[in-house]
Amino acid sequence: MSIKRLAVLLLAGGAAACTQADSRPQTASATPQAERMRVNPDPYPSTYRAYPGVPTRVVNVTIYDGEGGRIERGEALFADGKVVAVGQTVAAPADAVTVDGTGKWLTPGIIDVHSHLGDYPTPAVQAHSDGNEATGPVRPEVWAEHSVWPQDPGFSRALANGGVTTLQILPGSANLFGGRSVTLKNVYARTVQGMKFPGAPYGLKMACGENPKRVYGSRNIMPQTRMGNIAVDRQTWAKAQEYRRKWDRYEADGKGDPPTRDIAMDTLAGVLRGDILIHNHCYRADEMAIVLDMAKEFGYKVGTFHHAVEAYKIADLLKANGTCAAVWADWWGFKMESYDAVNENLPLLHKAGACAMIHSDDANGIQRLNQEVAKALAAGRRMGLAITDEEAWTWLAIAPARALGVDKWTGSLKPGKMADAVLWNGNPLSVYSRPEKVWVDGALLYDANDPKRRPVSDFELGQPGSGDVK
Amino acid sequence: MAAALLALIAAPAAAQDVAIVNARLAIGDGSAPVENGTVVIRGGRVVAAGRGVATPAGIRTVDAQGKWVAAGIVAGFTRMGIVEVDGVQPTNDAGAARARFNAAIDIAPAVNPRSNSIGVNRAAGVTRAVVAPSTGQAIFAGQGAVIDLGTDSDPITKARAFQFVELGEDGARTAGGSRPAAFAEFRNALADAQDYAKGARTYGADGHLLTKLDAAALVPVVEGRQPLLVHVERASDIRAVIALRRDFPALRLVLVGANEAWLAAPEIAAARVPVLASALADLPSSFEQIAATQSNVGRLKAAGVTVGIGMINDDEARQARLETQYAGNLVALTRVPGASGLDWGAAFAAITSQPAEALGMGGEIGSLRPGRRGDVVIWDGDPLELSSAPVAVWIDGVEQPVRSRQTELRDRYSVPQEGALPKAYERR
Repeated sequence: MSIKRLAVLLLAGGAAACTQADSRPQTASATPQAERMRVNPDPYPSTYRAYPGVPTRVVNVTIYDGEGGRIERGEALFADGKVVAVGQTVAAPADAVTVDGTGKWLTPGIIDVHSHLGDYPTPAVQAHSDGNEATGPVRPEVWAEHSVWPQDPGFSRALANGGVTTLQILPGSANLFGGRSVTLKNVYARTVQGMKFPGAPYGLKMACGENPKRVYGSRNIMPQTRMGNIAVDRQTWAKAQEYRRKWDRYEADGKGDPPTRDIAMDTLAGVLRGDILIHNHCYRADEMAIVLDMAKEFGYKVGTFHHAVEAYKIADLLKANGTCAAVWADWWGFKMESYDAVNENLPLLHKAGACAMIHSDDANGIQRLNQEVAKALAAGRRMGLAITDEEAWTWLAIAPARALGVDKWTGSLKPGKMADAVLWNGNPLSVYSRPEKVWVDGALLYDANDPKRRPVSDFELGQPGSGDVK
Repeated sequence: MAAALLALIAAPAAAQDVAIVNARLAIGDGSAPVENGTVVIRGGRVVAAGRGVATPAGIRTVDAQGKWVAAGIVAGFTRMGIVEVDGVQPTNDAGAARARFNAAIDIAPAVNPRSNSIGVNRAAGVTRAVVAPSTGQAIFAGQGAVIDLGTDSDPITKARAFQFVELGEDGARTAGGSRPAAFAEFRNALADAQDYAKGARTYGADGHLLTKLDAAALVPVVEGRQPLLVHVERASDIRAVIALRRDFPALRLVLVGANEAWLAAPEIAAARVPVLASALADLPSSFEQIAATQSNVGRLKAAGVTVGIGMINDDEARQARLETQYAGNLVALTRVPGASGLDWGAAFAAITSQPAEALGMGGEIGSLRPGRRGDVVIWDGDPLELSSAPVAVWIDGVEQPVRSRQTELRDRYSVPQEGALPKAYERR
């Protein structure tokens, strides 16, 4: 199935599907059914197209499939942008290119559920500081994709050094409601639309804790306290419920003028309908527990807590709520709410049966997410948590794919999925290994052995060090 | 909690002579690890380390059982021990935004050997650290120290071990908004120091800008008795800094950060200026590091520059423990076509002996060569590998705990549910 068709199917199946892009309010008092106003859920649609690849068979390679499976001296075949087969041996067409994977590892491309590439790009000058609309604590109307600079040099490092093929760009955490996220394929394009992961659902960035209350409290604007954070959250969700009711009623009976359009409330109504996934920056265990109750109070689901430094204290609660934790391996102590970090957060969550994954939140860290997993895994083993390497790779692959709602298409090396894959020049949980080749939708977009397969953003072109190994 | 912390820090108090035998030994001087090595520590110092070293009779012998035994990590540029929580200002002594003094600032009295950063990094094999202040209202930040990470009450290995100055974009901003302003401030300050050296009693009569204390603090800098650590990134800034020696020939320069140093590697090598480099910076994070690449360190080493790894602007108050990972990554680069990295011995030296050499303290710390402080770590694997951790740490010949507040928290919540009593009652 082509990516375009997948995207169309998803839109048609969505609860807020649209038949026309016109979102202007219509004033006729008795609008005919066929002309009823619908909110277009996808006004900046993806124009991403997979680049051409060649049928490729990797042989004699150790495979982590991204869902916890492992094959020694196995084979994998990609063709037409898709994973065709993975196994001990695979049948390949005569024209397939064969890559010898002896001593090497093949994994799904790494997925980073928390990045600010593009909205806090390098060079990190004030003119590029586009990640926090810190003009009010409730800003669900902003969309990260409207800030993403597709020429951020960081995308190339994440690809070549990090093996990252999919990433979510989030607004920052200054606000309680930070705005919509966007999920990208890690493929340079002239426009952000050209990078958008086709069919990926939107996310809503929320934040608890120190940041919102500090940013606004210091200006004597609510919230100034943690209780203020939750009060503003609840008032906002109550409004969103009302907004959603009005639109649901209008869409059901089609009578009268459409309700006044509110771009902020569109996003929140999308969350309440289950179309937009919650990505909630939250460090402390007690605050996460409050947020989980708030979500029940207003009828939405917290998909993933991000940073979740104290998630290990409530692994059971997270499991019971079906809420994921996206964490660092070892960041700690830079502020009060990160003071209780432990190196074993990720393995403790995993062993408790909670959904867990690694994340970067950092243009350097995104280049070493495999290493971050290796550190966390080793810390867990030292305390007696038996987790295999291939299980740990789920923290880089299927877990973040699920958190982003793109696991139907990527996040593991399963037949029919996008051929997003990395060939590592050694054990990818070793500090001594690096990506050798990275494919996105079957297209070879990085090859350590071919300087021409090394992306250089417009910003770096013609500058000192342009095209250098980075 | 107080009881738990006391238990945590109740480590052996005195140096104990020890011989560690049957070691896969990494001395830290750039050499490759050797099998079946022995380290002998007496009176808090290394007596001998290598193959075929005799074990003296009558001292404690530790059988490493073939494990890695290595020189303790020397963190090249940090703010460890002077910050507890970065975002909690009263616990953050790294810099003083409104201070009336600059070069005179001496961070040594602020170093808290009980800070959690020291405990966490010690448990990760870091035994010494270069600790620098950060700038306030002047380009000179003040005098940094070299510290140990032991549990004893005196963390200072060498107070006033160096002066630190910002001369790149950060220096320009501090000086009022431009690089030329920063260089003018620099020259004026050193001229004031020279005047002070000529006559402390008359100092100030001539309209000097520096306070007496600041001028006095810069005398050992201008006279070359104290290293001057200079943070610059851009290649042209590096050249401008080296050129300062035309007017101030005694300056003992050490570059910090230096992400574009590879573009000026021959000049840096010729000037014999050591570098405390950011190992893996590879982004054009600012316009002064457009050419940043992870190959910087490897290229500098190949050009003959003394280069150690530093942590400037990289969570330097608490994450020096990442230096082993960084060094491992530099080894990884040797297998990337077109990249420049370091062999294992050189990579390990970049986090042990080379930072010490950069500060002129290579005879004292940073390796297991005879006479150095008895800082040694037994690891459960290759010290540069992600899966490895220390199993035993000695500093000045004193065995140290490898637990920290983090391991206490981990153990309390290894089962998250409460038992017969609240979690607050669970402690070792």
